[in-house]
Amino acid sequence: MPEFWINMGPQHPMTHGLWNMRVKVDGETIVDAEPEIGYLHRGYEKIMEVREFQKNVVLTDRLCYVSSITWSHAYCLAVEKMMGIEVPERGQWIRVLSLELQRVASHLMWLASYGPDLGLLTGLLWALRERELFLDLLQLLTGMRMNQNFPRVGGVRNDVPENFDAMCRRSVGYFLGKLDGYERIFHDSKVFLMRTQGVGKISAADAIDWGVTGPNLRACGINVDLRRLDPYEVYEEVDFEPQVWKGTDGGDSYARFICRFNELRESCRIILEVVEKMPTTGAYRIRQPRRAEGEGFAHTEDSRGEALFYVAGDGDDRPYRVKIRSPVFSTMAATPLLLRGNKLADVVAILGSVDVCVGEMDK
Amino acid sequence: MSSGSADAAVSAGRPVKGIEQEIRAQLVARFGDRLREAQVVRPQVARIVIDRKDLVEVCTYLKEALAFEHLSCITAVDWKDHFEGIYHVSNWHNGCVVQVTAHIPLDDPRIDSVVPLWNAANYHEREAWDLMGVVYEGHPKLERILLPKDFKFHPLRKDFAQEVDRQYISRRKLKGGK
Repeated sequence: MPEFWINMGPQHPMTHGLWNMRVKVDGETIVDAEPEIGYLHRGYEKIMEVREFQKNVVLTDRLCYVSSITWSHAYCLAVEKMMGIEVPERGQWIRVLSLELQRVASHLMWLASYGPDLGLLTGLLWALRERELFLDLLQLLTGMRMNQNFPRVGGVRNDVPENFDAMCRRSVGYFLGKLDGYERIFHDSKVFLMRTQGVGKISAADAIDWGVTGPNLRACGINVDLRRLDPYEVYEEVDFEPQVWKGTDGGDSYARFICRFNELRESCRIILEVVEKMPTTGAYRIRQPRRAEGEGFAHTEDSRGEALFYVAGDGDDRPYRVKIRSPVFSTMAATPLLLRGNKLADVVAILGSVDVCVGEMDK
Repeated sequence: MSSGSADAAVSAGRPVKGIEQEIRAQLVARFGDRLREAQVVRPQVARIVIDRKDLVEVCTYLKEALAFEHLSCITAVDWKDHFEGIYHVSNWHNGCVVQVTAHIPLDDPRIDSVVPLWNAANYHEREAWDLMGVVYEGHPKLERILLPKDFKFHPLRKDFAQEVDRQYISRRKLKGGK
């Protein structure tokens, strides 16, 4: 058959946002693919140059509306590195707590969108139901369900509310009990296994070469978790295990699913540990200098991979230049490798397992 | 493709203490005074400043001899009198990050592409060209990526003005005046 291009997007149920996946098919087999991005480009890096350091937190929240705190935290961390200030210990613990709550909420959103991609509508309903638990906790902590505007340069905006540890324990305990049921609907579904196992494979060497990070890289069997490899905040004092694919046949959609799914449990473990170990008194924020000069960068383990912020200042109260490195942007470069050789019907199943967030990809 | 990936699979995923001093010493020993600056910024982070003509050589050494297999990020900064190309490369074995800053003259914004070394550079260089207008020579497909294909400008340059110089709400404005 003659080969031809098909546009999947920009309006397509698969895209979970606005972008276009062009695939070249020979019959039903994909021979080439090319992502077209930029539909959601809002010029963040330029806008941030006219706002003061602290005001940019509002913008970075909206980079990924599913995982706001991890993004504004990465920005604050980079600015702190530039200014040379360090957050008080209690502030760091509160940050870790909010980051992990956000990570669970973000992974549940991914699970909720991945289920319907594969025809498992129950996954959507269950995951969104349980996501409410974590949104409620975030609302208690920050006052917002979305776009929390919580981290600050120099700490966090407010202290944890009274009795928050008990509420965390109750919600997380309830959620952990529910997770077994999740495993059953996904793992016991023959359809799910058929559509994920051995599909969308990428080798470990290719994944590193193309800059794939986060759970997608760990699914290839590579033990890289920046919370461990380049510890920030108080992650060094928290006992947790990065979720890495253990077998030899990793790198497919199934391995990516398992790594992300297991991170839900691991993040819950961190939350429980943090509320146990967190000091009950002390400052959670220090006053930051208004102006700064120099350059700084920070890279953190976002829900989707390595988020890197590079901030340069010229002595004014605004950043001179901000660079946002989005993990999805880099992973998108590697998607043609994931897709080649698979069937057209599997595009949705493969790209769903990558966890695309267009907001951060297009900046 | 990359040589050390088999080792990466068995790496402990833990940082190695003092690695940044060692990496810096190795870079200084190899390149000497071709490095304009070579500092340790903080634990696990080293920073070097080079001229653009040395970029590929330094990056090849970093990747092949020192196993910096992961290219995190490429960006460019417009300092009004010159450009800086900024490269963050990481080593997944010991957690070290090296920030390579390459000086690019303002009137000739060109630098060699590092796509032959890391495929990850492909999108980042396209983005840097799109937004900042630095030409990466040898890049396989240097096209607009985030902005529309017929866009005429490179908006992150400092001579591309924004609507306001500073987002600012005056007290008078808050009280209802102009």
